[in-house]
Amino acid sequence: MAFISSGYNPEKPMQDRITDIGPQHFSKFLPPVIAKNKGAWDYHEIVEPGMLMHVGLSGDKVFTIRCGGARLMSITNIRELCDIADKYCGGHLRFTTRNNIEFMVTTLEDAKALKADLTSRKHTGGSFKFPVGGTGAGVTNIVHTQGWVHCHTPATDASGTVKATMDVVFEEFTNMRLPAPVRISMACCLNMCGAVHCSDIAILGIHRKPPIIDHENLDNVCEVPLAVAACPTGAIRPTKIEYQGKQINTVAVKNERCMFCGNCYTMCPAMPLSDRDGDGIALMVGGKISNRITKPTFSKVIVPFIPNEPPRWPTMTKVIKKILDTYAGDAHKYERLGDWANRIGWERFFEKCELEFSHHLIDDFRDPAYYTWRQTTQFKF
Amino acid sequence: MAKHKTPLLDQLESGPWPSFVSDIKQEIEHRYANPKGVDFQVPAECPDDLLGLLELSYVDGETHWKHGGIVGVFGYGGGVIGRYCDQPQKFPGVAHFHTVRVAQPSGMFYTTKFLRDLCDLWELRGSGLTNMHGATGDIVLIGTSTPQLEEIFYELTHKMGNDLGGSGSNLRTPACCLGESRCEYACYDSQELCYQLTQQYQDELHRPAFPYKFKFKFDGCSLGCVAAIARSDMSFIGTWRDEIRVDQKIVAAYVGGEFAPNAGAHSGRDWGKFDIQKEVVDLCPSGCMRYEGGKLEINNKECVRCMHCICVMPRALKIGNDRGLSILIGAKAPILDGPQMGSLTIPFIKAEAPYDNLKEFVESVWDWWMEEGKNRERIGETLKRLGFARLLEVTGTTADPRHVQEPRHNPYIFWKEEDVKGGWQREISDYRSKHQR
Repeated sequence: MAFISSGYNPEKPMQDRITDIGPQHFSKFLPPVIAKNKGAWDYHEIVEPGMLMHVGLSGDKVFTIRCGGARLMSITNIRELCDIADKYCGGHLRFTTRNNIEFMVTTLEDAKALKADLTSRKHTGGSFKFPVGGTGAGVTNIVHTQGWVHCHTPATDASGTVKATMDVVFEEFTNMRLPAPVRISMACCLNMCGAVHCSDIAILGIHRKPPIIDHENLDNVCEVPLAVAACPTGAIRPTKIEYQGKQINTVAVKNERCMFCGNCYTMCPAMPLSDRDGDGIALMVGGKISNRITKPTFSKVIVPFIPNEPPRWPTMTKVIKKILDTYAGDAHKYERLGDWANRIGWERFFEKCELEFSHHLIDDFRDPAYYTWRQTTQFKF
Repeated sequence: MAKHKTPLLDQLESGPWPSFVSDIKQEIEHRYANPKGVDFQVPAECPDDLLGLLELSYVDGETHWKHGGIVGVFGYGGGVIGRYCDQPQKFPGVAHFHTVRVAQPSGMFYTTKFLRDLCDLWELRGSGLTNMHGATGDIVLIGTSTPQLEEIFYELTHKMGNDLGGSGSNLRTPACCLGESRCEYACYDSQELCYQLTQQYQDELHRPAFPYKFKFKFDGCSLGCVAAIARSDMSFIGTWRDEIRVDQKIVAAYVGGEFAPNAGAHSGRDWGKFDIQKEVVDLCPSGCMRYEGGKLEINNKECVRCMHCICVMPRALKIGNDRGLSILIGAKAPILDGPQMGSLTIPFIKAEAPYDNLKEFVESVWDWWMEEGKNRERIGETLKRLGFARLLEVTGTTADPRHVQEPRHNPYIFWKEEDVKGGWQREISDYRSKHQR
């Protein structure tokens, strides 16, 4: 391996330097039919699962084939997507916010051929490379975080839990038979870089053991005041201890105050939390983003803890499947999962989904907690 | 041949959903075969060692990535995230494995030329593994070494005309829905506004000067495909203030069963014949519609623009013509003070180039937050700590019932001295002249 220079001269970093240019303007990437009809679309229709038709005021039509993909993607996979886009779509494609890939063509015939081609491609292990679906009243791709693949704070893996879940709910990805869309999201710790807190179903990695304190190294790698200030419950205080005959600065943690958020670890690498028995999954349901019919809502914790069971997390996927099937069988048309639970009552939700209720599910974190308790005599037996 | 045995991960190769394990394996094979004779600038075994390290996490139930590490490119304070594995002897290919965030184009449309160029760059100078895309919206390139960072940046800017994204306490890479490019619901050009604000605030994006991260997200309508209302410090959500346009003939066609309701989104199950009363009128959250004598009437003044009726009959009902957007402030995930949804601050504002009205608003909000925000405090938390009224004051916004779900439950109003006749300075002797002790 010989170092190949890009042209950058480390002796003169400012020479010919280009900065602050941002992304390229999107207009350079639009397929011609999209560029032509931008801002002048009339209506759309979902022709079949995974196939959208948008019709312009001009009368132009564009057919979009949507397929799922793993967010963690190799360049070999991206090049295959490019080959497909070159063959059918004049060298254009797009990605959706939920990690789906969309190919656009201008005739139904091409759309059908493209769909057939995409669904015929499989990995050597047997899975689809590009399953078509994710439209309408069904489950679409799961947005997720890095997990054990590439993050320092996760309480579980992201790619694995997502793969295991999507395998179990796959039929709902390729069909449109649910009462409304169901958005599943995954975040591998409370930091939620994936912001799953408004999802129909949220898979969330959680820690349950307070940080271990690496006294020997803490003062060298952390700013003690920052570590102290990082704790939302004031559980961390500065202290001095004797270590190998020397007085050293470190911190002490009041364990019973710890809410296992990991914010201290974010500020101080000498306070790791992860633990094979402590870490696992919490499930949340009933959130939504859309303002359609009802207001945007937060997801609610309905299972406080499920152990990590790699590689396929069977307990977790069983609970998710049960919730999804119960909702599918019981909710009204257009009713989102949370709206269904609100209508039947959460006491009934737990009963129908055969979930255990425990004190862990009653909010006790600051002021908003009170607003989640029941201040009425209306309830169901 | 892969050098690590991965019996646990191998179990994730079966099942219908695309297997990331199979995909990484094909990259492993590709790198070892190296058909184009690429002189890899980071080890060829990167993906192989990544899979091996991940298998170890599946065995241990714990991550094997170390905490952070400050790396980057000259003059920028973000865009690269340092990452080192904690088992470098066993997995040398991922000993240094930094993340590079690349700014994505608005709406995430690409040409294959752009993607192929990016793949070539990442094959030469990185692991060959990516996220398409990261949660915030960037293209995420996973895994390279420190000496490659400037080289990658140089090639990105010089050959591809593209910049890095944001990380750290700065403006994060803004993201938008696909908007007017392929959606009839878009109430403004979310892609253009996203692009213009991204360009305007490059300095804020690359050089961290904020108390904490700050996210802009642009949704073309209230359905919220990029989840602006839940996860952006400042959400721009399209809306209109005149009337929903109705074509009664097409409404009748929906009622008559000529078109599938909800654009066919429910076609996988027999939900029975379309019932406009039950499926549209009765579900309207403000009860502003009625269907009588074959005619759909909408009392637009009472409409809250939830868009349900439009979604059910997209051929017949169209968004209004007097369009703009609403701005909400302060959404964030639970860390630290619990989750927050964006709070409506500007109910309606026009969104037309050059967007000076919007930039002025953005800057007034930032000025306040940079002055008052504590270290690592999201603006939503500043807002909770100092009160919503303060935000209205610093942005010169007049309080309006649209700002609240309902008025306050307590009378603990922070009156100001100038609100009260005669001010607050009083003499006890004057008081005593009327009131004995």
